[in-house]
Amino acid sequence: MTSFTDSLIELLGGLAWVPENAAGIIFVTVSVLVALPVFLFMTLNAMVAVYMERKVSAFMQDRLGPMEVGIFGFKGGKRFWGGIGQTVADAVKLLGKEDTIPGEADRALFIIGPFILFGAAFATFIGIPIGYGLVISDFNIGIFFVIAISSIGVIGVILAGWASNNKWSLYGAMRSAAQMISYELPVGMSLLLVVMVVGSLQFHDIVMWQEQHRWFLFHSPFTALAFLIFFASGVAEVNRTPFDIPEAESELVAGYMTEYSGFRWSIFFLSEYANMAIIALMSAIIFLGGWLSPLGGLFRTFNLEQSWYFLEGPWWGVFWISIKAIALIFVMMWVRWTWPRLRPDQLMYVAWKVFIPFALANIFFVGIWELLLG
Amino acid sequence: MGAFAFNLVAILVVVTAFWVVTAKNLVHSAVALMGTLFGVAGLYVFLYADFLAAVQVVIYVGGILVLIIFGVMLTQKIATAVVVQSSMPNRFLAGVVVFFLFIGLSSLMFRTPWHRGELVETTGTVATIGTSLLTRYLLHFEVASILLLVALLGAAYLSRREHG
Repeated sequence: MTSFTDSLIELLGGLAWVPENAAGIIFVTVSVLVALPVFLFMTLNAMVAVYMERKVSAFMQDRLGPMEVGIFGFKGGKRFWGGIGQTVADAVKLLGKEDTIPGEADRALFIIGPFILFGAAFATFIGIPIGYGLVISDFNIGIFFVIAISSIGVIGVILAGWASNNKWSLYGAMRSAAQMISYELPVGMSLLLVVMVVGSLQFHDIVMWQEQHRWFLFHSPFTALAFLIFFASGVAEVNRTPFDIPEAESELVAGYMTEYSGFRWSIFFLSEYANMAIIALMSAIIFLGGWLSPLGGLFRTFNLEQSWYFLEGPWWGVFWISIKAIALIFVMMWVRWTWPRLRPDQLMYVAWKVFIPFALANIFFVGIWELLLG
Repeated sequence: MGAFAFNLVAILVVVTAFWVVTAKNLVHSAVALMGTLFGVAGLYVFLYADFLAAVQVVIYVGGILVLIIFGVMLTQKIATAVVVQSSMPNRFLAGVVVFFLFIGLSSLMFRTPWHRGELVETTGTVATIGTSLLTRYLLHFEVASILLLVALLGAAYLSRREHG
């Protein structure tokens, strides 16, 4: 299976007008061409997700703004597009805000902080496929690459909090670091179990396994539990309610991003929504069959006509994976607007005394299940 | 193209490593160390050790570096602390030692008959590492895990002692 990067290198190397020994030029061109779609995806994702978040919150909490605000006299009322003007107003407001850096802040680290968080989310997308063969670079160590790169984001949070020279920021950064490091463990353990069953770290192999057998969510009770642990810990790693103590508005102003405004603040925002998309995509690929059609098994069972298989083509794969990911993002928003946040000690309790023991026991029981029934 | 990318990674490692030792602020040093550790992970990739590269990032950048930054941050007034506190005689002595060390190491480097192995392109090292850890190196693996368990218990004991 070729990836986007491989095809690009092949294409550029094969062009007649590209001079020989132009390795540097090809390297830079490929890097830019690879980075562009990821960047576009992240920006679009944030725009759509913010709009979606407003609408979900408005429906759940009877908020008026996201239901009514129109644009250019185009009023939606309580419909799907009502409130679309607020997204535009928000973007204009963010870009128009003054970009302030506190006088006592550590300037260099204050500037670097958000970009480390952003860079971690950005680099993670390189390894995540969004369809059959639709991946920037298909690593042998796929899952492990994603876990490794996303573990860097926490450094950006700590630096941003520390460099702001503000006690709320520092508290937020400390809580965030403790939380993100703790919840990395259950995430890793619940993924380990899938890797154990499939015998490969590559996303492609994992989806192929699910095509031959069944989705991991329905494979055994233990993999279903692993999905729950993975998803909940993923939400915690993104620092969203009910795990949003790092920025708890009512106690810490805005946590580690208190001193940020305008463009720099929107980088935090972009990263948060990108991380949400990463968690949703990973859950969809690893536990929900990725780009496989949920109807595929149905058609095969009833021996329907071959023509029905169009629902399983490569482009339908993108459709299915998006539907799954969007549904999971909706669940995250649903949880956010209905549940209160946990206390910091409860949060640590959940991670260390509930998720980690269960995930560990899970690995053991999945092993037994596979030996007896696999 | 590989050579170009390798040069980029090598420059990253050297520049950030230089920054680590010259930075006056400890937190800046720690941040620069991130670049160095990342660059080393990149070097592993060039050796076809993709798994090792990811391990390097997880353990050193995601774990140890976070620990270092934590420790440095929680130290009071770290931003104003002067790291370089050497008098002139000390600096002179250090310079002499470093000079001879440099001479010795580089002569060693140039005299050694470096063995150049054949270039073997491998695809995926994970399976090999996993198999050898659970067969040939099982004892080492278990001893390391017991060592880690002891360290874990020790840390828990030390941090809990004041309550009991």
